[in-house]
Amino acid sequence: MTLPAMPTLPTLPTLPTLPTRHKVARRGAVAAAVALALAGCLSDGGTAPRASSAGTERLSGDVTVLAAASLTEAFEVIAAQFEAAHPGVSVRLSFAASSTLAAQILAGVPADVFAAADAATMRQVTQAGAAATEPRVFARNALVIAVPAGNPAGLEGLADLADESLTLAVCAVEVPCGAAAQRAFALAGIDPRPDTYEEDVKATLGKVALGEVDAGLVYRSDAQAAAGAVEAIPLPAVAQTYNDYPITVLAQAPHPSAAYAFVARVRSPAGLRVLTDAGFRPP
Amino acid sequence: MSRLSPRGRPAGSGQRQRGPGRDRDRDVPLPLLVPALAAVAFLVLPLLALLVRAPWRRMPALLLDARVLDALLLSLWTATLAAAASLVLGVPLAWLLARTSFPGRGLVRALVTVPLVLPPVVGGIALLLVLGRTGLVGRWLEQWWGFSLPFTTAGVVVAETFVAMPFLVLAVEGALRGADRRNEEVAATLGASPWLAFRRVTLAIVAPGVLAGLVLAWARALGEFGATITFAGNLPGTTQTMPLAIYLRRSSDPDAALVLSLLLLAVSLTVLAGLRGRWAVGQR
Repeated sequence: MTLPAMPTLPTLPTLPTLPTRHKVARRGAVAAAVALALAGCLSDGGTAPRASSAGTERLSGDVTVLAAASLTEAFEVIAAQFEAAHPGVSVRLSFAASSTLAAQILAGVPADVFAAADAATMRQVTQAGAAATEPRVFARNALVIAVPAGNPAGLEGLADLADESLTLAVCAVEVPCGAAAQRAFALAGIDPRPDTYEEDVKATLGKVALGEVDAGLVYRSDAQAAAGAVEAIPLPAVAQTYNDYPITVLAQAPHPSAAYAFVARVRSPAGLRVLTDAGFRPP
Repeated sequence: MSRLSPRGRPAGSGQRQRGPGRDRDRDVPLPLLVPALAAVAFLVLPLLALLVRAPWRRMPALLLDARVLDALLLSLWTATLAAAASLVLGVPLAWLLARTSFPGRGLVRALVTVPLVLPPVVGGIALLLVLGRTGLVGRWLEQWWGFSLPFTTAGVVVAETFVAMPFLVLAVEGALRGADRRNEEVAATLGASPWLAFRRVTLAIVAPGVLAGLVLAWARALGEFGATITFAGNLPGTTQTMPLAIYLRRSSDPDAALVLSLLLLAVSLTVLAGLRGRWAVGQR
């Protein structure tokens, strides 16, 4: 008589859910207005050997774009605009920590485009031969200190983060925003003790927005996206670091033509406008 | 005792007890055998893949890594505390659900088992909204005692208990429903108070069910990831349990993540196998 009494389990134990912010969004109908902004966006596809023909060739299919979590807001807009310009194409966006996405690519995920939040993570992909082209930097992002609205802890700058009594969230060092945070600490010569190392920048931002931490280091674009819930305090010039955001079409892309066109769209003036509106800087 | 398991003996008990031979002599119908073997392959092959791909040469160095040991120890004792908390709170709840009737009991049962089907991340967010620093209850904890659960080891235990307790409640409730109530009634006629009858009669009868639930809850707590990282955060030595360490290492150092996975697997298998052997003996 062993292990009795389990007859009423009504369901299988739930699998642990990965907390990666995997928002796979299939874009549907889009405001017609954005289509007006598209003129000429396909003419400057620098990395896109096939994009030159994309203007005449009718693109179709799904483009799967793996993008750093910090690109969430900007890429949702760019994808909507892209779909408006190419009615036959639908863009599937998957957002997570760049390092998570890089690991997925190395494991053979069938995706078309990869946009990372730093060059080091992109190198993992290019060194494995998984990129179809030389990655191009399409934007830069600065690190800021995000504090809950109203700045309850009364933080003034980076040096205050060394205060042990403060609750501080940063990204895990494996993730680009975590690497950038460590660089900023080193440049400022401080040694703060974070209370949590979050798995991506949006998780860090979420802890700040909920007021669970007094401060978190996120990108300027993230702080802007959560304006209202968080306030941004810029880093001092001495500690300011910028992340380069590279983008590439993947070697295994199932839909390369549409992928090149999407990359061209991101790198176009219209794409850059969306990115700078979201708080990024031009490359 | 056999009426406690109306759906038959769990696999494995047969060999252990050198059980009734006629079961084995019976022909197994092919429509059952083939899917069953497929299920075994499906469940076991991923574990074998872990073994095959493991970087055995780096194993000793990785196992002696202080951070790995920290994460393992943290996992073991938070899971144990979570199982204990589930026991203390879950057995009375199971008794209430099985032995009393009150309006809305069905609803209560459904609600307390929600964490079974809830994505753990959602559980973590919900816990933050209640017990977080600005949460419904958490803000008072913070204000009155200057105490906040997120980012503490206690927070890990809370998150693990949240997802693990329903397993224990269901197992114990099932055992209580299967148990013959006449034993309790006899105890009552002999003058035992309900509390005494519960302790000396009911609990003794459903002890195997309680143990099964306890082990399930412990195992679930040991593997807990989503609610933990969402509610308690991730800080090595304080809140970084093995599943979190594995998750965060898998992109930067996949080999290390594999080793950690194997280690967690080995530890949980050892404990489960050990416990099972023990209570099997106790039941004989």
